[in-house]
Amino acid sequence: MAPQQQEIEIILARQLASYLATPVFLVARDGTLLFYNEAAETILGRRFTETGALSMEEWSAAWTPTDAAGSPLPSDSIPLVIALRDRCPATADFWITGHDGVRRHIDAHAFPLVGIAGSLVGAVALFWEKSA
Amino acid sequence: MRVTVWGTRGSIATPGPQTARYGGNTACVTVEGEGGTFVVLDAGTGVRLAGAAVPHSVKRIDLFLTHLHMDHIIGLGFFPPLQRPDLEVHIWGPKAAGGDLKTRLNRYLSPPLFPVRLRDVPAAVTLHEIAAAEVAIGELKVTSSFVTHPDPALGFRVASKRRAIAYLPDHEPALGAREFPAGPTWTSGHRIAAGADVLLHDSQYTASEYEERVGWGHSSIDQSVAFARQAGVGELMLFHHDPSHDDATIAALAEDAAERAGSEVMTSAAAEGRVIEL
Repeated sequence: MAPQQQEIEIILARQLASYLATPVFLVARDGTLLFYNEAAETILGRRFTETGALSMEEWSAAWTPTDAAGSPLPSDSIPLVIALRDRCPATADFWITGHDGVRRHIDAHAFPLVGIAGSLVGAVALFWEKSA
Repeated sequence: MRVTVWGTRGSIATPGPQTARYGGNTACVTVEGEGGTFVVLDAGTGVRLAGAAVPHSVKRIDLFLTHLHMDHIIGLGFFPPLQRPDLEVHIWGPKAAGGDLKTRLNRYLSPPLFPVRLRDVPAAVTLHEIAAAEVAIGELKVTSSFVTHPDPALGFRVASKRRAIAYLPDHEPALGAREFPAGPTWTSGHRIAAGADVLLHDSQYTASEYEERVGWGHSSIDQSVAFARQAGVGELMLFHHDPSHDDATIAALAEDAAERAGSEVMTSAAAEGRVIEL
């Protein structure tokens, strides 16, 4: 079966992300990871070309979001999950462990991508490593 | 299915002896189904002649507007079928965040820019807003999808049971792409064009002209050829000719494009009056 073209909003979001120095993480409406940019690669510890598309369960397990004490974050408190579920922006700070084994404290800000027709096509998270 | 090209020019009409071969009218193409279904794509200045050629047996016309830039709607007020009280005219245009289709069209079709309002024409006009959609019009199916172009713009695919044409007159799929084409999944417009028998595609610029107009919403001829090859179309018609390109320039560019496309994709420059029977 021929690959399906992504929605234009998703294509443009990826193109924008690829030019930004801000780490960006882009997911489809069902939460599937579609892309993260080079700036995100340094925090996530792996190149996107090595990761590829991952389901929401796979990517949330891959970077194990935790609170300050190291307890796993409930998935419904992850900003991207909230943005997709509630169609509204969401912000949180938490810790992730990159594939390089480094645990990092990050601020993440997610927002839904809603097309002109009013349909949800995905969500984007911008995130930063918090300074100590 | 019969496809007729009535307007090929981009941006502004360019009548005159220097453009007689490929035409000076702005975008308009008609598609007639075997059962008499009549679809019009865009209402540039070419739509006046297209409308005059509508047979009296036709009682319904569906006019699909890719977007509302002036070169794609300026002929609407001069579309002869709007003066026929026995006709239903359905106008389909892109949904947008900044107002409904009626409001946006009326910015042009009302004084002081135009003396007649759409609501006052004799034909029975119905407006439809669409985004990504599939619409059955008689024996034809029209598929729409938003594509890369400033302001909301659609591409259309018109298909019969056996044949399909793709119409992407204003399209810059290479914008922001690190590599182009980027594969079917990540290329704007691919869904519309894939496997079409004929693709009419934005080919406004030479490669050097494009370098100075990135983000203006149009493609270079090289990009158009690359897009067509990836989409696996049968024939590429270079469309939306730049107003500064005369017939000799377009002929030379089309010859070069055909060489680049090789035997995979038959390539030519769209010319007013061309009829394609599919």
